[in-house]
Amino acid sequence: MSEQTMTHDDHHDHGPAKGLLRWVYTTNHKDIGTLYLVFSLIMFLIGGMMAFVIRAELFQPGMQLVDPNFFNQMTTMHGLIMVFGAVMPGFVGLANWQIPMMIGAPDMALPRMNNWSFWILPFAFTMLLSTLFMEGGAPNFGWTFYAPLSTTYAPESVTFFIFAIHMMGISSIMGAMNIIVTLFNMRAPGMGMMQMPMFAWSWLITAFLLVAVMPVLAAVVTMMLMDIHFSTSFFSAAGGGDPVLFQHIFWFFGHPEVYIMILPAFGVVSQIIPTFARKKLFGYHSMVYATIAIALLSLIVWAHHMFTVGMPIAGQLFFMFSTMLIAVPTGVKVFNWVATMFKGSMTFETPMLFAIGFVVLFTIGGFSGIMLAIAPIDFQYQDTYFVVAHFHYVLVPGAVFGIVAGVYYWLPKWTGKVYDESLGKMHFWLSFIGLNVTFFPMHFVGLAGMPRRIPDYALQFADFNMMASVGAFIFGTSQLIFVYLIIKAVRTGETAEQVPWESAEGLEWTLPTPLPYHTFTTPPVIEVQK
Amino acid sequence: MRRLLHQFCITLALLIPTSVLAAWELNMPRGVTDVSHTTYDLHMLILWICVGIGVIVFGVMFWSIIYHRKSRGAKAAQFHESTTVEIIWTVIPFIILIGMAVPATNVLIDAYDSSESDIDIQVTGYQWKWQYKYLNEEIDFFSSMKTTKEEVYNEVEKNPHYLLDVDNEVVVPINKKVRFLFTANDVVHAWWVPELAIKKDAIPGFINEAWTRINEVGTYRGQCAELCGKDHGFMPVVVKAVTQEDYDKWVAEQKAVSLAKAAEAEQVWTKEDLVAKGETVYQKSCAACHMANGAGLPPAFPALNGNEIVLGDIEKHMDVVIHGVPGTAMAAYGNQLSAVDLAAVITYKRNAWDNNTGDVITPADVKAFMSK
Amino acid sequence: MEHSSNSYYVPEQSAWPIVGAIAMFLMLGGTGMTLIDLQQGDISQMSKITMYTGMAILIFMLFGWFGNVISESRSGLYSPQVDMSFRYSMSWFIFSEVMFFLAFFGALYYARAFSVPWLGGEGDKGLANMLWPGFEATWPLMTPPNPELFQPIKEVIDPWHLPLINTILLVTSSFTVTFAHHALRHGERAKVKIWLALTLILGVTFLAFQVEEYMEAYQHLDLTLNSGIYGSTFFLLTGFHGFHVTLGSIILLVLLIRVFKGHFTPDNHFGFEAGSWYWHFVDVVWLLLFLVVYVF
Ligand code: HEA
Ligand code: HEA
Ligand code: HEC
Ligand code: CUA
Ligand SMILES: [Cu+2]
Repeated sequence: MSEQTMTHDDHHDHGPAKGLLRWVYTTNHKDIGTLYLVFSLIMFLIGGMMAFVIRAELFQPGMQLVDPNFFNQMTTMHGLIMVFGAVMPGFVGLANWQIPMMIGAPDMALPRMNNWSFWILPFAFTMLLSTLFMEGGAPNFGWTFYAPLSTTYAPESVTFFIFAIHMMGISSIMGAMNIIVTLFNMRAPGMGMMQMPMFAWSWLITAFLLVAVMPVLAAVVTMMLMDIHFSTSFFSAAGGGDPVLFQHIFWFFGHPEVYIMILPAFGVVSQIIPTFARKKLFGYHSMVYATIAIALLSLIVWAHHMFTVGMPIAGQLFFMFSTMLIAVPTGVKVFNWVATMFKGSMTFETPMLFAIGFVVLFTIGGFSGIMLAIAPIDFQYQDTYFVVAHFHYVLVPGAVFGIVAGVYYWLPKWTGKVYDESLGKMHFWLSFIGLNVTFFPMHFVGLAGMPRRIPDYALQFADFNMMASVGAFIFGTSQLIFVYLIIKAVRTGETAEQVPWESAEGLEWTLPTPLPYHTFTTPPVIEVQK
Repeated sequence: MRRLLHQFCITLALLIPTSVLAAWELNMPRGVTDVSHTTYDLHMLILWICVGIGVIVFGVMFWSIIYHRKSRGAKAAQFHESTTVEIIWTVIPFIILIGMAVPATNVLIDAYDSSESDIDIQVTGYQWKWQYKYLNEEIDFFSSMKTTKEEVYNEVEKNPHYLLDVDNEVVVPINKKVRFLFTANDVVHAWWVPELAIKKDAIPGFINEAWTRINEVGTYRGQCAELCGKDHGFMPVVVKAVTQEDYDKWVAEQKAVSLAKAAEAEQVWTKEDLVAKGETVYQKSCAACHMANGAGLPPAFPALNGNEIVLGDIEKHMDVVIHGVPGTAMAAYGNQLSAVDLAAVITYKRNAWDNNTGDVITPADVKAFMSK
Repeated sequence: MEHSSNSYYVPEQSAWPIVGAIAMFLMLGGTGMTLIDLQQGDISQMSKITMYTGMAILIFMLFGWFGNVISESRSGLYSPQVDMSFRYSMSWFIFSEVMFFLAFFGALYYARAFSVPWLGGEGDKGLANMLWPGFEATWPLMTPPNPELFQPIKEVIDPWHLPLINTILLVTSSFTVTFAHHALRHGERAKVKIWLALTLILGVTFLAFQVEEYMEAYQHLDLTLNSGIYGSTFFLLTGFHGFHVTLGSIILLVLLIRVFKGHFTPDNHFGFEAGSWYWHFVDVVWLLLFLVVYVF
């Protein structure tokens, strides 16, 4: 992207190397950020193609396109790729670009390790995707890979799946450590923790969660590997283990994982809303504390995914109450965003549209989350399309909108070019309509009794499913506008101003446009306000 | 933009025939048990609370969006902090949550009390069927999907209960407390009937409990609700609730059927009869994995056509079918099928497709093998 | 934020990360192929070659990368702020390891407190015993619910023999490594060498005893990976711990060599400290292990 180099006489400042190897060997946070974002986009398109296969098969009752086993493979791979390939790297990409610029650091704290974190990913996903072409097929046991379906009854390729997860885990842990260290150790002089931008704070807490739970994921897949190849019995009652043990360990990772996918989006939105409301973020301190509360609570709520496994009642109640509590800090965040808009002076450029779309639709997803948290009624929702509706509302207009909003917001700074605002608006509206048409009906079919992960369904669910498939097509194709818009901006966009948004605040906007390859070779000094 | 929206609405309207509008099911069924009613009421309560909160939050937000926009000349205010406000909007949601938690706890405790049942039924999930064993009676049968391949592959018209129909329903009397004990034979399944508001995982090696007392006579349909492999979508549950008299009659019939089954084993079977019966058994029990034409789905599921074990030693063949292959999807059929069915299916396989061994395995052979 | 000197060291481009990524891919891919081969009988040449090539490249990468870091450090490129970055990242790395072990300890706890008693007919889900007639819950679990699939254990390891010796060895080694550190801080290099070498010897002895214990378990006690949840958790926990002791010993060896080469100064020796942190971590894990796996 930012091919320009500043000719500085500062001895630190030198341009990137030429050619492809620049990207392979780079230790520059901007290059690595770009790599992450491009990778994320590619994975989003691949995962989206798989969603198309799912939606096409579900367009009508009856089996039309694929066989049930392949359908399960698509569901599994779609979930895995979107979660580990699209959303997580997308946010790491934003972090790489923004965090050093936002805190006045010359780069990430550990630049070489940063490169390693990224370059593990393409190999991990090559391994994961290659299972599609193996004898016996790709993993077909859902992205939650419950034992023993994923151990004793799994296709051979599960072994490669396990190793692919190991690689992703190593990459994420290193990436997260890097972010933590950068934020602790590389802030510009004068910038205290409580002067960090919200995006940096959100990522700090996310990174903490990553370091805390990715090892647990690694541990659980290791136990699977042992059960498959070394005849242990962690997940088999015949040897004194328990399939439910798998679920406990998985969800100890899995629930914090969903907040890993949303907290950085909270951060992005907390940067964007103040800019376009031309008003300071309301309640900065409580935003920070709320985020910390969400992260800590997320470590003790995991079994709300397991209300139907027959936990003792004390367990049901504990996990129900702790889960419901998360609504409080999340509510604080939502209220603070609304309060920031209140009495502002708002304009609605594309990043703001996505941010507002985020607040509305994420909250709807949060409400269905609260419904799911109520154990006795979750018995009716669990493993139905109601759950699918819930998590797509928090993930698509949540996590994905968060990334997209961030990209629109910072694109002028990164590329030095102006993007086409009307295309951006079109992208937003088509996405907004498309995704609601796709995912809103899923609430209805779920309540009416349609289980998830089925390739075929009873006749009474036909109409809403058809509607969802049409919506998916609208949403999916409108993402091509985004791809086109970025390419167009980079190729032919006009040069952007240094501060493209009227009242944007933060260190990143103090930098010249186009950006030099190395920024903040001398740290800026922050004057403490108040 | 507006035109686009307009076109979109028209497309949608065309897609949805108005006749089906009436039939749209938008909500959870209210069900036919007291627990399902309280569950439904709780669901509606929480839903409306959320809608209420939504209206307020989005209301304020859209009000700001409309009135505090720059194009209307709005000037940004300067406030950006207020501890009082933060405390208020921390406490209020907390109170609302307590308001939700109290009824939720009550419903949960109700649903968990499975003591003092009148009838106990053990429900075992298999890839991809259910076994029902009445613990107080000598009743034990399998229940698998009745919908045919032709229906699924759109070759014939779909029946109204498409995918939700089984060969043997589980029959229970109304107004009696029925306790279900769930377990599974291979992977995790979940037994779910929305109208009874029961969904419980069936976990191999462990037992989960749930209970119901059905208020109305009727047939209630559900599905397996935990991904359990290839045919997870084809594993329906059908509960038939009948009056006590009808139930007693049904129990008597079932007993007669099992007596007849036992007698069958004593009868003399010709090869033709065995092959004919074997074919039905095969289609029902084995074709899901080994395919109707015996080609299997290698490498996950081996082909039986031309298979070494099938063509080879009879004892080994019986062993695989009766005891299964531990640690694989190949289950032990010895406790799922009767001696006659076992004899029939083995005979069938040894003579079907290109396997023309001419061997005949009689129920007596099977019994002899099993008693070894 | 005392040290924001304006000379944070940002390394030039580096080939090591991509080499590492490729190595990891080959090693894990090859291991996967090997494991699958093993399931079907014999291991193909391809699988072995891929796996070993991956390992070799990984080792090569580690040498190269750490070599770079060491020479950069010795040529004074690292400011105190860079040093701080290393400290932070090492602490978070150890935290991630703690979480990794936590999952395994959690599994052990779950088996003891829930799954085994339930299968034996006790507690909230004791109904499960219906499916396992005759099964009795004990800990250590000598006879698993299905003794045909998972072989019974004759006897478990006696904590007061080898494990006790091993505990003493590791605890002592924690002290010796601290003494080495003190010596280093006071510039007494001869002592550093002795204490560090002693630590290494203790670590390696520990490993030797561990191997002996495993052989005993397999050959005489019928305690194997295949003996149900007891064997599974036993080998998982002690095995991964042993693996970490091995890594720790390799780190100690590298430190020792570096000390002999004259690296580290009394006030600049982060590499040494990182190694000793790691060693202490391995120790603490062992103490927990000794208590919950062997003694109780
Ligand atoms: C970004 C991802 C994300 C996020 C943020 C959330 C947020 C929440 N989720 Fe969700 N969830 C998923 C991703 C996510 N989830 C996924 C992927 C699954 C399925 C996994 C699988 O099985 O494959 C899942 C499944 C899932 C389940 C299991 C369902 C089942 O399988 O039966 C439950 C149950 O409790 C749940 C609850 C919640 C809750 C309570 C929140 C809360 O954090 C929401 C809080 C937000 C609000 C409540 C809105 C704003 C608040 C206010 C305006 C204040 C006032 C409100 C009240 C007082 C109510 N989620
Ligand atoms: C961040 C995560 C994320 C995202 C963004 C999405 C996006 C989408 N998901 Fe996702 N989904 C999950 C996470 C996500 N999903 C998870 C975790 C599961 C659970 C899996 C499980 O059960 O195990 C799931 C399951 C799931 C199901 C249920 C499957 C089942 O239960 O059987 C369905 C069904 O409709 C679905 C649909 C969609 C659709 C239509 C989109 C759309 O938003 C996708 C939009 C499409 C595109 C973006 C494609 C764009 C591409 C083109 C237009 C072509 C151009 C191509 C090239 C140039 C190469 N998803
Ligand atoms: C859930 C899937 C499933 C069903 C249903 C099933 N099988 Fe199998 N069967 C398998 C699998 C998997 C194997 C391979 C086991 C192995 O790895 O050795 C197998 C193996 C066999 C074999 C041995 C062939 C070989 O090459 O190993 C025979 C014979 C057999 N099955 C017969 C039957 C019969 C008869 C039925 C019905 C009564 C049946 N199977 C139902 C999955 C199934
Ligand atoms: Cu059985 Cu799904
Ligand atoms: Cu969750």
